[in-house]
Amino acid sequence: MPFGLLKYGLSNDYPAERHFSPAGELKKHYDVVIIGAGGHGTGIAYHLAKDHGITNVAVLEKNYLGGGNTARNTAVIRSNYLTEEGVTFYRESVKLWQNLSNEFNFNVMMENRGQLTLAHSDAAIRSFRWRAEVNQHLGVRSELVDRQQMAELVPNLRMSEDARFPIIGGLWHADGATARHDVVAWGYAKGACQRGVELHQLTEVQDIEVTQGRVTAVLTNRGRVECGAVVQAVAGASSVVAKMAGIALPIHSYPLQAMVTQPYKPLLTPHVSSPHVHVYVHQTSRGEFVIGGGSDPYPLYNTRATLDQRESLSAAVLELFPFLAQARLLRQWAGITDMTPDYSPIMGLSPIENYYLDAGWGTWGFKATPICGVTMAELVATKRLPDIIAPFALERFYRFEQINEAGATAASH
Amino acid sequence: MKVLICPLNGPRNISEFIYGGEYHPNPDHIEASSREWAEYVFFHRNVAGIVTEWWCHSASSYWFLAERNTLTDEILRTFNTDEIFNCRVEFSSRSNSEVPSG
Ligand SMILES: Cc1cc2nc3c(=O)[nH]c(=O)nc-3n(C[C@H](O)[C@H](O)[C@H](O)COP(=O)(O)OP(=O)(O)OC[C@H]3O[C@@H](n4cnc5c(N)ncnc54)[C@H](O)[C@@H]3O)c2cc1C
Repeated sequence: MPFGLLKYGLSNDYPAERHFSPAGELKKHYDVVIIGAGGHGTGIAYHLAKDHGITNVAVLEKNYLGGGNTARNTAVIRSNYLTEEGVTFYRESVKLWQNLSNEFNFNVMMENRGQLTLAHSDAAIRSFRWRAEVNQHLGVRSELVDRQQMAELVPNLRMSEDARFPIIGGLWHADGATARHDVVAWGYAKGACQRGVELHQLTEVQDIEVTQGRVTAVLTNRGRVECGAVVQAVAGASSVVAKMAGIALPIHSYPLQAMVTQPYKPLLTPHVSSPHVHVYVHQTSRGEFVIGGGSDPYPLYNTRATLDQRESLSAAVLELFPFLAQARLLRQWAGITDMTPDYSPIMGLSPIENYYLDAGWGTWGFKATPICGVTMAELVATKRLPDIIAPFALERFYRFEQINEAGATAASH
Repeated sequence: MKVLICPLNGPRNISEFIYGGEYHPNPDHIEASSREWAEYVFFHRNVAGIVTEWWCHSASSYWFLAERNTLTDEILRTFNTDEIFNCRVEFSSRSNSEVPSG
């Protein structure tokens, strides 16, 4: 190893490692076409190739790899949800996260710094107690904490009783974590391409051919591609793409905005979230404070950033951490989130036999990336629906069996 | 801040309004199957383009309709509900004899 390094250092050319296959021509036929190269699409491709040996796969991306919500989210990973189905699902994903850097041989900068959710009302305490009980029962570390414990966990959190909404307790989730978001898409894409999957960027799916209840081809800006099966994993564009296949979804697309400050010295260890004042914040290992929670008040397919959100997020975060008043904002941005009525995803089978859905990830889908890769690949490869994702079927809306995560997801992460 | 023109109150900041969902016609309230009701309640067209939708001016509780472009974030037109709801909608139930007793 040291000699290799020396040789590399002394050489005149620095052959960069190629992570992804160079984009060649599209083939005429693929066994599986995946629409969307975010963490979800590339994760599904990776597991199709790695776990099931299915490598005649193309991932089609209209822009560039990992440039959608995968690159725009605030990277909160947690499993302290409310329903049994949700907690079990996200718990398995959090487990997979722990080994992702090894899996990719690529550092995803997983940081297990915990998550503290704030209660500013008795109603919130009651719901946190409920969540803590459900979480513990299902093996997730989650507990109610009092003001003193909170002050120890986050010494510079403003605990004053004179605050507009004084903090009266919290839900502490020791399993809460963050990671570097876009690296996840690169890691999966690299592993998939090494195994023969093709990644085609700047390739937009514009229509989908359905013949006698089966998808036969997708039409792209680069031509027609026949396929054995299609998986859509396009987050904010879910309704638009599903409609090409004639499928309606219970989804509304809303922009979600977030912003980040300049880097400062380490001041904040866990992730802190307040569903009541509608903001959450954590400090990255680089020192920036990431501030999120700003869903736009009406649906839109436009990633503009607004002054309204900047003001309301700033006002809310200053309630909790007044010292941030001096901080300078570096960036503000938005991603289009595919919101479902029950704040749970829509994944698995669709009304079309060989067309699979990975949608409805709203403001909560980043943490689910690894488990989606595993389970959706299993479904596509074996045609068996993994138990853990069965409850999230589109059909649940027709059976009136929604999985209500509103209380656990309303803080948008 | 974005300004929306309320048909009753004139131009107001958009923060005074509540988005009320896509406009879509009611299903037949007697004949519709539970599948059709599920579609009516939960499923949305979620169009990337021009949509017709409900808005409410919260200070005056005034409901109206708007045409909006969801790609450009432009409000094209706002109008009173009587443009669409111009005849009486009957919500009568089946006559008693048709309702199974018990
Ligand atoms: C500001 C913000 C903060 C968030 N914070 C969190 C958080 O803290 N924790 C969490 O768990 N989740 C969070 N989320 C949600 C999370 O980011 C998403 O649910 C998740 O990243 C979705 O991943 P994906 O791979 O499905 O979608 P994406 O990464 O959006 O990838 C979809 C891809 O599909 C492509 N595409 C679309 N249409 C077509 C087409 N017709 N043809 C080809 N390609 C197409 C797009 O270009 C895009 O690259 C947040 C989201 C936002 C916007």
